[in-house]
Amino acid sequence: MTASPINAAGTAPDSSQAPAALSIRNAVMELGDGDTKVTALDKVSLDVAAGEFVAIAGPSGSGKSSLLAVAGALTTPDSGTVTINGQDLSQLSKGKRAAFRLTNIGFVFQSGNLIPALTAADQLRLVNLLAGGPRSFDPHALLESVGMAHRAANRPGQLSGGERQRIGIARALVTGAKLLLVDEPTAALDRARSREVVELLARQSREHGVATVMVTHDHDVLGYCDRVLEMVDGRLAAPAAVTA
Amino acid sequence: MFLALRELLFARGRFGLMGGVIALIAVLMVMLSGLSSGLVNDGVSGLKSMPVTSFAFDQGTKTDNAFSRSVVDEQQLAAWRGQEGVAAAGMMGVGMANATTDNGKQVDLTLFGVEPGSFLEPERSEGAALGDTDGIVVSSTAKAEGIHLGTVVTLDRIDTKLRVVGFTEGQATFGHVDVAYLPLKTWQLISSGKAAAGTPAESQLSALDFKTASVVAVQAGAGTKPDLAAGDAAAGTSSKSLSAAFNASPGYEAETMTLSMIQVFLYAICALVVGAFFTVWTIQRKHEIAILRAIGASTGYLLRDGVVQAAILLVGFTGLGVAAGVGLGAAMPDAMPFALEATPIAIATALTMGLGLIGAAVAIVRISRINPLDALGGQR
Repeated sequence: MTASPINAAGTAPDSSQAPAALSIRNAVMELGDGDTKVTALDKVSLDVAAGEFVAIAGPSGSGKSSLLAVAGALTTPDSGTVTINGQDLSQLSKGKRAAFRLTNIGFVFQSGNLIPALTAADQLRLVNLLAGGPRSFDPHALLESVGMAHRAANRPGQLSGGERQRIGIARALVTGAKLLLVDEPTAALDRARSREVVELLARQSREHGVATVMVTHDHDVLGYCDRVLEMVDGRLAAPAAVTA
Repeated sequence: MFLALRELLFARGRFGLMGGVIALIAVLMVMLSGLSSGLVNDGVSGLKSMPVTSFAFDQGTKTDNAFSRSVVDEQQLAAWRGQEGVAAAGMMGVGMANATTDNGKQVDLTLFGVEPGSFLEPERSEGAALGDTDGIVVSSTAKAEGIHLGTVVTLDRIDTKLRVVGFTEGQATFGHVDVAYLPLKTWQLISSGKAAAGTPAESQLSALDFKTASVVAVQAGAGTKPDLAAGDAAAGTSSKSLSAAFNASPGYEAETMTLSMIQVFLYAICALVVGAFFTVWTIQRKHEIAILRAIGASTGYLLRDGVVQAAILLVGFTGLGVAAGVGLGAAMPDAMPFALEATPIAIATALTMGLGLIGAAVAIVRISRINPLDALGGQR
């Protein structure tokens, strides 16, 4: 148990050399109206470099999901800019944003969230098909890399939570996206499975040079991350100390 | 297609149940279509088979049962013959009769009196043409009643004897009763009420002073359309086109309207049931669709996929239902007025599929309102 130094919030360790895969500048987002108005994002800035694995921790309602929605081009902030791989998202229409997500962003959702009707291999094939990928696409190499090749013909109902999450990770990597956004990947898993899944994420982001942002409130897995940020009341800050 | 097909297979239980309902609706559609064609044939096939474009009834005749109520005379016929665009016109007598065959069987006949040798003379499948004073040409469906060439039928009460000399080409019924064509003169003799018992004699016919019939049957010249209003004004009649005249046959309008109403309801039920199914199905898939939209699937792709899925379901199971309905229809007892005709069945099939698809499409449009943001957070 050693306290490791953490860089200042919003600054990637080597942002001067590599261009950031994800760059959020002064994002502000408010939800609700009148009395129920909540500031979900309060001038949030964040840079994530290629190959970097960033965790965002924080209590529920702190704005983590809003940050993910903004970073994932699912919604646009009220003010501020979001740039992914050099593309300013505010310049894209709703339809263009969907197409942009398809090839530039990989999503890993809670408990995998696979399509119930599809086998593991078909989950990957569908994304390849949607993205207009090569006809020769073979999902088995990717499934192999997450250790799920033997489950290729199984549907989600026949898989455990950890297996579903691994296939979800493989699905997020199909289009070769350079930004991976991960939403509470360990919410439905026990400790051992949680560690395995996060370790897999860390390895995949390093191997593929993918910038990964993981939202979690599972402090147990933060040790696998290059950088840990804490979200409180819509503001992003480095926590005082994190166990590594 | 990729997702649509795999979901059909995955949720085959649910889709099978829905498909079963669609197939049963299609079976019922075919049945109703066959029944309504059969009833139409039973009601008016005798009129349908005539080379007539319109009928002129006496002015002021009540429209239902107008055929047996109307009375026209030779002046009215002459007026119609003189009309421009009329190729042929002839008097036609229509009357109902109860009769007994020579082997004691009771039969009902619709007597169509027409001039032998005129354009109104029916096409025959066998036997001789009209001509003899007692010779009748009967609908070929009357064979089922045990009537054959040479059978003598005796009209009840007046005991006039008529002899079957021929059968019509195909079914010729009117108001669910087999048609017996007979010479106009003989028809007039029977209608006059002065017919003596036994075979109508030539002398009796020539002595008869009864020159009226029921309607003037008019045939338009090829490619022309006679001015019916002008003809009516000149002849003092009121005309109906052949198809409009169907309503003037007994019970026709009541039967067809009842069946049409049931069919309209069935189409509406089909659209609503399929719509309800796809509404529930789309709601069940809400989270999954949010995931797909978050990943970046376009709304167009998801909508197309959903509609293709509905189309496969509808086409597949409607086809199955129609095939079953046609098979079942072929096994219908002869006594049932049932006729499988390609056109009405094709229309019913297209409407079942089309309206079902509209119902499904209205439900599937929901997909475009599902927010990809719902993919974040826990499964709800």
